[in-house]
This record gives sequence, C-alpha cells and structure tokens, in this order.
Amino acid sequence: MILDSKLPDGPLAEKWTKHKFNIKLVNPANKRKYEVIVVGTGLAGASAAASLAELGYNVKAFCFQDSPRRAHSIAAQGGINAAKNYQNDGDSVYRLFYDTIKGGDYRAREANVFRLAEVSVNIIDQCVAQGVPFAREYGGLLANRSFGGAQVSRTFYARGQTGQQLLLGAYSALSRQVANGKVKLYPRTELMDVVTVDGKARGIITRNLITGAIESHSAHAVLLCTGGYGNVFFLSTNAMGSNVTAAWRAHKKGALMANPCYTQIHPTCIPVSGDHQSKLTLMSESLRNDGRVWVPATIEMAEKLRKGQIKANDIKEEDRDYYLERKYPSFGNLVPRDVASRNAKYVCDEGRGVNETGEAVFLDFRDAIQRDGEDLIRAKYGNLFDMYQQITGENPYQGPMMIYPAVHYTMGGLWVDYNLMTNIPGLYALGEANFSDHGANRLGASALMQGLADGYFVIPYTIGDYLAQSGYDKISEDHPEFKKSEKEVKDRVQKLLSIKGEKTVDHFHKRLGKIMWDYCGMARSAEGLTKAKGMIKELKKEFWSNVKVLGDNEELNQSLEKAHRVADFIELGELMVDDALHREESCGGHFREEYQTPEGEALRDDENFAYVAAWKYQGEGQEEELVKEPLVFENVKLTQRSYK
Amino acid sequence: MNLTLKIWRQKNHSDKGGFKEYKVSDISKDMSFLEMLDVLNEQLSDSGEDPVHFDHDCREGICGMCSLHINGKPHGPKQTTTCQLHMRSFSDGETITIEPWRATAFPVVKDLVVDRSSFDRIIQAGGYVSVNTGGVPDANEIPIPKRIADEAFDAATCIGCGACVAACKNASAMLFTSAKISQLAMLPQGQVERKERAERMIAQMDSEGFGACTNTGACSAECPKGISLTNIARMNREYFSAVVSSDNV
Ligand SMILES: Cc1cc2nc3c(=O)[nH]c(=O)nc-3n(C[C@H](O)[C@H](O)[C@H](O)COP(=O)(O)OP(=O)(O)OC[C@H]3O[C@@H](n4cnc5c(N)ncnc54)[C@H](O)[C@@H]3O)c2cc1C
Ligand code: SF4
Ligand code: FES
Repeated sequence: MILDSKLPDGPLAEKWTKHKFNIKLVNPANKRKYEVIVVGTGLAGASAAASLAELGYNVKAFCFQDSPRRAHSIAAQGGINAAKNYQNDGDSVYRLFYDTIKGGDYRAREANVFRLAEVSVNIIDQCVAQGVPFAREYGGLLANRSFGGAQVSRTFYARGQTGQQLLLGAYSALSRQVANGKVKLYPRTELMDVVTVDGKARGIITRNLITGAIESHSAHAVLLCTGGYGNVFFLSTNAMGSNVTAAWRAHKKGALMANPCYTQIHPTCIPVSGDHQSKLTLMSESLRNDGRVWVPATIEMAEKLRKGQIKANDIKEEDRDYYLERKYPSFGNLVPRDVASRNAKYVCDEGRGVNETGEAVFLDFRDAIQRDGEDLIRAKYGNLFDMYQQITGENPYQGPMMIYPAVHYTMGGLWVDYNLMTNIPGLYALGEANFSDHGANRLGASALMQGLADGYFVIPYTIGDYLAQSGYDKISEDHPEFKKSEKEVKDRVQKLLSIKGEKTVDHFHKRLGKIMWDYCGMARSAEGLTKAKGMIKELKKEFWSNVKVLGDNEELNQSLEKAHRVADFIELGELMVDDALHREESCGGHFREEYQTPEGEALRDDENFAYVAAWKYQGEGQEEELVKEPLVFENVKLTQRSYK
Repeated sequence: MNLTLKIWRQKNHSDKGGFKEYKVSDISKDMSFLEMLDVLNEQLSDSGEDPVHFDHDCREGICGMCSLHINGKPHGPKQTTTCQLHMRSFSDGETITIEPWRATAFPVVKDLVVDRSSFDRIIQAGGYVSVNTGGVPDANEIPIPKRIADEAFDAATCIGCGACVAACKNASAMLFTSAKISQLAMLPQGQVERKERAERMIAQMDSEGFGACTNTGACSAECPKGISLTNIARMNREYFSAVVSSDNV
C-alpha cells in the first residue's frame, strides 16, 4: 500500500495558497445538497461544524457529553500560539514553523506545519471577533506570554482558562448555526461505527446514551474530531470520558493509525496521592515561566523530606539542585515538555524525589514572589494556585508546589493527508484525533492552535474539493451496509452484557493503564515492550471472558459506555506497544532506553526512521501491517535538538 | 472515614424515585467527592446492584458537567464544583444526602443525572456575536480597555453547571443568562446585536419554564465560579432599554 499525502509542490510559503487555488469549489447553491457529519464538538469539531454550516452545508454534530460546550477542550489552561509578532520580539510564521518542526523532533511534515503557522494569525482575529476575552494590556491591546520551549512571546491566553474561552467562542458560533437550522445537535450520543459504501465513508452508527437506541446516520462526508486517547493509561490529565472509540472503529474499517506510540507526558501535574485516584490534574506549564524546578542535592536530604523531618523551605540555596537550569543553561526551566519530564524521572529514579511517594519534584515561586510581589503572581496564576491548594490542601504561596509528569496528549492518531482526509475517501480526522502536525512531541499552546486551524481554516476549503467530485446522491439508512453495521454494534452490546463476569470495567482499565505506564510510558525498552505485549494479550482475553457489565442496553448505562471504550483501549494499547517496539530510535516523547546520547538525550536515527509509521488493521488477532510515509525535509536541516 | 450515604435513585424520567441508603468505609480525606462515589459504585457493581449514575467529565472544575445537591446545597458545602470538593470537608460518621438538581426545566434522566439542554437553547437564542469564519478585522484593531475586558471575562467564566438554578427557590436561570448577556454587552463586539440578544435570550429562558427572580441572591452565593449578581442588574437594564426601544413590539 502506498500513502499519498497530497502535499502540494512549490516553495513552502506558497503551498497552501496555491493548493487553495487549485482545489475544486462547491457552488454556493449546491452546498445545501450535502450532508456532513461532525463527530465531536471540541475546538476542532465545533469550529468545523460552525464554519461548514455557515458555508451552507447541512451538518449533524455529535458528542457524548450532555452539551457540546463540555468537550474536553474546555479544560485547556495555558494558551494558544499565533505568529502575530505583536510583541515585536522577532516572531514570524517561519519561526513558529521552525520551532514546531524542531520541537516535534523532525517527525512531522513540513508543509502541514507551515500551513498551521500561517493560519495561526487568523485564529486570533476570529476568536476576538466572537467576543473571546483574551488577556489585554492597559493600552487595550492583546497581551502575550512565552510558553514552554519558545523564546518569543507568542502565546495568547485568557487567565488560566484559555481552552474554556476558545471553546465557548466556537460553541457560540455552533449555537448560532443550530438556531439557523443548519446544524442539528446530537448530545449524549456516542459513535459506535463508521459506515463505508463502495469504499467511501457514508455515515455512522451511534448509540443514544439515554435510550440505548442504536441508530444510523447517512451523509456525504464524516469528520472525526473526537480528541486524543491519553486515557489508555487510565490516569491522565484527560477528561474521564475521553476515548479512542471513534478513531479505533474507523481504524478497524480500514483507516490507518499513525505513530500511535507518540504520547506526551506533561511535566507539571499534581502528583498521584493514592490508589483511589481517578485522574491527574495538570498545572499549566505557564507556571514554568516563573517557577523554578528543583530537588534536594542529596539523597539523604530527600529522604528526610519524605519522612517529614525537614520542610522544603528549610533547605538552603546551596543544597538545592535546580537541575534544569544546571543542565540546560539557555532554556532553563522552559525546556520542552519531553525533556522536562524525562529529567524529573531521572532525579526521582536517583532517589532525590520528594513527596511521600518519592515521585515528585518541587516547582518553587519563592524567588518570583520576592521579585514581583505576591499580587502580581496572584494576578498571573491565581486560579492555578487555588486549584493546587484545593486538591492538595497546601498553600503554594508559602511553600513550593510539588509536581510530577503525567500523560497529557497523544501526538499519534488517524493518518490524514494534507487535506485532513484519512485513507478512506470522505472520512476526515481533525484536532487531536489526527496525527498531523506535532511530530513526536507537541509544543505547549499548539494543540488549541491546531484544533482551530483544522476546523476554521483548513477543512472548509479541503472538504469542498472532495464533495465537488462526488455526487449529491443520498444513501438510505436502510442500505445493507448500514444494517450490517447496526447488527454488528448490537451484537457487541449483547456480548458485553452477557459475559456477566466477576471484574468491573474499571478493574481492567486500571490494569491496562499500569502496563502502559510501566512499559510504554516515559522510557521504553525492547524487553519491557515485549513483555507488555504479552500482558495486554492476556488482559484482552480476560476482559472478554470475565468483565461484569450490569444493567441493560435500553437505558442510561455508564458501565456499558465504559466497557465499549475500555475494550477499544486494550486493542489500541497493543498497537502502541508494537509501534514503540518497531521504532528503534528515540525521538520526542518516544524514548527508547537503548537509543540515547552519552548525556542521556534522545538519539534519533534519521537514516532509518524519518517516516510516519501508519498501521493497517488486518483482522481480529492478526498483526497489523506497517505502511511508511517517508518524511522529506526541504527547508530545515535535521539537527540533534539541543536546549543547552 | 466511614460514611452513610442517602442517595436519590430513580430508574428513568417516568419513575417516581426515592432515597436509598448505602455505607462506605475507609474513605481517605484526599479523595474527591466523586472518587468517593467511584468507590461506592465499585462496591455496588461487585454486589450486582446498578451503580449510581451521575454526570461528570473533566473533574477539574471547568466543564460544568458534574452537579449534585449535597446536604441541601448545590455542589456541597464549599463554593466549588462537586468534582473539586474533597472529603476533608466532611467528618467521620457523617450521613450525606445526595440528590439531583431540582427544577422543572432540568428533568431527571436517571438517578442524579438531569437534562440541562434548556441552557443550550438559551444560548442558541442569541448568546453569540453573529460573525462568520473569515473576513474579520485584525485582533488588535478592536482595542478594549483592560478593566472592561477583565469584567467581561469574569462574566464569561460561567461553566453552565446549573447550580444557580438548583440553589434558587424559584429555579430561576437569571444568573446563567445574565452572565452571557453581560459579557457580550460589555464588549464592543457585542454592541450591534445588543438589544435583540437580551430580548431573545430572556424570552427563551421564560419559555423553558425557569422561575422568576426575587433577588434573594442564593444563586450567586452558590455559584462555583462566583458569577456576580451585578450581571442580573445589568441584564435587567439591557432588557428594559431593549423593550422600550424595541422594533419588535
Ligand atoms: C488539562 C489539559 C490542559 C491543556 N492545555 C492546553 C493548552 O494550554 N494549550 C494547548 O494548545 N493545548 C492544551 N491542551 C491540549 C488540548 O486541550 C487538546 O488537545 C484539544 O483541546 C483537543 O481538542 P479536540 O477538538 O481535538 O478534541 P476534544 O476537545 O477532546 O473533543 C472531543 C469531542 O469528541 C467527542 N467524542 C469523543 N469520542 C466520541 C464518540 N465515540 N462518540 C461521540 N463523540 C465523541 C466528545 O464528546 C468531544 O465533543 C490541554 C489538554 C489538557 C488535558
Ligand atoms: S452562573 Fe454559576 S452556578 Fe450558574 S451555571 Fe454559571 S457557573 Fe453554574
Ligand atoms: S466534572 Fe467538570 S466541572 Fe466537575
């Protein structure tokens, strides 16, 4: 199988403009003849649904929450990047492009990333026009800050609630189209399958979460904007309902899954406190602008701290190891996420971790408070400090916070071409659900940018190219392919309900999470991954013979919802392990212990691994086929990432 | 700690429903309230009883999905969301009563889960600026004094949870509706549609069956985001000036 990424030719800076000119348009009067399904109402889905409806397409929008406004994007804190150069500090589209390619450890497509940087400026204009209340300076103009891994201030923010404000903006645009009758909303509805007819995506099967009804929806194109799969680790910063089901069902219908092993472990999260924990809470990494990361210089001192014999504030300056500042003098506490996370793991592995568990490091605002005053720090981070205090019961104005890395984002996802179309014609993937722009590591404040770029400014053009070349004919929901898929979904529901085993769904989810975290987390090795693969296979067998799902299908049944999701996570877990095992190099968030520089940094192998690894489903129990899309770099020179 | 939970169980919308008592033990003070319910649900599942259904998603206090009337207060004793409420706010041996939001416009779906789609319809009635994607001015061409931007931001932080309605003896949705009307009324982007917005959103609110406002302020006192009562005053001003000069009379 050969993957055609449909990258336009010509100079980098002209590709998107040229492509927009070359692709086909749908005549305004004809747009209303097309139906488009948008699954997901996060930044990617809400922006796409609203924009397509404004153009005249008939849109059906689906989400599993009770309202589209609650999509997981709402939780994003820190900000959104855009190459506006409002600060006159040397930013440009090219610099944002370059930082993103480099930050992704040279495992993303140049053309995609350049387009992302190019449209980033339009996003801010759009959001402001909608009434999104970004932070402002006293003169009334927009404020910016610098964010993990960037040396310019290009991040726009709305206190620590940027995702909320951006999503409410997109949700308002979506609501307007609902009122106009161009979007029909299906909340509390979960995608169960993607339906293809003659090789093209022509609809979906859903389950109404209140009544249990399994229903068919036919359309001319289907957009999956269903977010990331970080919850495969059970504990992550994702919302409880975030899942891989939509992407996975598409995968099983033939859509390739690209780079599934690229996961981002975020360095600044509140450490795990006990077995009861259901999720992890992120502390925005904007905190690293003013907070200094450290651990005690010696193991003895760390032990005393853990036993509560001394307090952090008792430790003298010379006994503190500000290890990021020491190892990376030019980036200091602002090194990219993967570097910061890995270094936290190293110092904890050495025995210098803090907290009762020994799995935490300090993030200290003492110096910033001394320099700027508590009021200024409160103005910048007040809600984050409150949240920290709420959860841990400790006051971060008085002593340092404790943080530890946690699973946060998945760079991998459905393979898409330059038009955001998967290898199944008519099936698109947007936002975190696709693999496209972040390579092996995503820079802070770039996911919000990508979700909105995809939804507001890419798909409205590229979908026209496809629709213009396909007819208006509608496919009946009674078509045999729909009926067949409906039956498969119903059978699966019955199967889950009839196992009546002994262990709850959460039991399996927690076990899967532990396997993934231990062997496919911050550091991976051939030995560990091989072991994990065996364990996951076992777990899958056990799940399908011993899971206990109570209740019926014909009601609100949260155990059944979870069971569907966890069953898919187990299969995804196995593929992630395969992908991690096959990639015999370290890059970005994928760190193989066997491949590191003498200083312990990720060691890429550009000669053999500068490609996108896209996996093709081969049927139940079969090994998946690896399809490679070579990455060609015409503009940037591949170098060892250095933040020294 | 050990606790007794008195929880509202209701199979579906048409079921009458009633309280049931459960015991949970070994609850850690560091658990969140919802993690305590997770423990109960694992326990119930193990014993073959249908788990207690409740809404939740982000568990970070921002999505607005969690609800619960705890000991007579929406989101419990602290001014925060239920997912951000920790067990250290309760004491060993306590009996905790847990009910769904009670309001005509929020019908119960099952157990503690209610239908809040009426809020979405209020926003659909006008909670937006009518701009299409593309063709908008450069962001810095719309300067906004910081004070106004900050005030609009305060109103914009509403998470749509519905606690204000649950707290109000009239089940009024004034705080929720006024937060959006205020945000857009303060910003230059919202000026063009200012009048129709207030009229349409308020008409929708009324038609959903929310009650009237009698200015007791329970809504704002229980709002996890501290949305201020001044928003209601501003909405009333908006509404009266809209009605007085309306073209739709
Ligand atoms: C705590 C946190 C903080 C973050 N902070 C930042 C930040 O500061 N800056 C930044 O750039 N990025 C940040 N991110 C990342 C960013 O928020 C996400 O990557 C991004 O919002 C994803 O948007 P999305 O539209 O792709 O998906 P989501 O917002 O996850 O939306 C997914 C949608 O799909 C629906 N859905 C999913 N599965 C199904 C199904 N099977 N059936 C029906 N519907 C389904 C859901 O209902 C939802 O509507 C943060 C992430 C987290 C977890
Ligand atoms: S005003 Fe407050 S209580 Fe009411 S919905 Fe908004 S956040 Fe919830
Ligand atoms: S679960 Fe999101 S606010 Fe409580």
